[in-house]
Amino acid sequence: MAENAKETGTLLVKTGLAEMLKGGVIMDVVNAEQAKIAEDAGAVAVMALERVPADIRASGGVARMADPTIVEQVVASVSIPVMAKCRIGHFVEAQILATLGVDYIDESEVLTPADEQYHVNKREVTVPFVCGARNLGEALRRIAEGASMIRTKGEPGTGNVVEAVRHMRTMTDDIAWVSGLRGEQLYDAAKKLQAPYELVKWVAENGKLPVVNFSAGGIATPADAALMMQLGCDGVFVGSGIFKSGVPSKRAKAIVEATTHFHDAEIVAKVSRNLGEAMVGINISDIPDAERMQERGW
Amino acid sequence: MQIGVLALQGAFREHIMMLEAIEVTAVAVRLPEQMSDLCGLIIPGGESTAIAKLMETYGFYDAISQQHGAGMAVWGTCAGAILIAKEVLDGIGGQRSLGLMDITVRRNAFGRQKDSFVADLDINHLPGEGFRGVFIRAPWIEWVGKGVDALAKHDGAIVAARQGDLLATSFHPELTGDPRIHRYFAQEVVAS
Repeated sequence: MAENAKETGTLLVKTGLAEMLKGGVIMDVVNAEQAKIAEDAGAVAVMALERVPADIRASGGVARMADPTIVEQVVASVSIPVMAKCRIGHFVEAQILATLGVDYIDESEVLTPADEQYHVNKREVTVPFVCGARNLGEALRRIAEGASMIRTKGEPGTGNVVEAVRHMRTMTDDIAWVSGLRGEQLYDAAKKLQAPYELVKWVAENGKLPVVNFSAGGIATPADAALMMQLGCDGVFVGSGIFKSGVPSKRAKAIVEATTHFHDAEIVAKVSRNLGEAMVGINISDIPDAERMQERGW
Repeated sequence: MQIGVLALQGAFREHIMMLEAIEVTAVAVRLPEQMSDLCGLIIPGGESTAIAKLMETYGFYDAISQQHGAGMAVWGTCAGAILIAKEVLDGIGGQRSLGLMDITVRRNAFGRQKDSFVADLDINHLPGEGFRGVFIRAPWIEWVGKGVDALAKHDGAIVAARQGDLLATSFHPELTGDPRIHRYFAQEVVAS
């Protein structure tokens, strides 16, 4: 037996880390101090950023990959997995992040896209990728490109869960629709979804996405997290919702507990008490179409 | 026979599916009182720091130790192996383990995600050919006490061990579809 033969960067290894994050909360952080708070609160991973989405939204301009120094400081400060964002299609930012020791790369609509036609060829990178999606077709296109984890997009930086709900429900409805189709209908479904036939067929046979699916974009309270879990996601990303709130450490811990005990309303009620001020939040109708991050990605 | 899977965070669903595949009744355990009828408990892979925080908050440290004392077998995979060890290296400050098994486990010993790997393993007492070991930011077992049987090694590091009714693996049998280690736990370790 060739005991020493080992393979890295395989699909199983890439999707495997996402499997280990399930039932957990991934938190946006902008420095080492916030990363420690997140780890101490029970985050399963942190997303290292230069600014949280709410601040990106407020300041406008072009949002890019974080300064490598920030990413390295976060990597050095915690023992849990570290993720970082690159712009859609910016494969050089992805290459850079891979050298910094990050455990997952988020090709993210929160940053300003670098390519309006192509996403990164994620199969070429050893580090796994998570990508946003609003529906099944978008998710399967990203998976075809090599994404090993999906997150429904929601509308980042709003503290408003309505878009996260819309995208999760759309994903579930799309999967149910495909699962009910006969063999010959799947070719047409692939055409409508603009996704590879083999992946559509896999979803139809298994009744779920082939990779882990988290919820993101607007989760601000323990109840929001439990809502998304009950709607069928595997875990949650909380961006601005924690460090834009009054008492981040307490809210972070409460969201972790609500994500584990999402089916137990008494526990969610208990952890929801006295958390201080939640982030203010934005109504989606107040955001001009051009500033909706969820529209980015093709 | 009922075997529980600690369902606080991580790959607990995959363990439940593997147990059901070998026709063992599996129970998802989210609160300590759900352990009363169990003869075995699997602590799954996930983030050991996150699982430890939730165990602390919901009173699992005392409950699992008591149930183990009363005869419940325990198997920890990856994060679970860290949580049942007597000693943990490279944990975060104040990271608590159950301290059930006389082993020292080093967290993330095989490296970060870019170093995660799949390799074939020879595992003692397991019938059939090699076992596909999936190592995700995996720990290794740096030291074992007397009475602990090292079951498998990779590159010289111990990656599976047994001490009576305790089993530790630093890899993820629940991700392979190969039920042999689950069967070994149910038939040999729990039954002991």
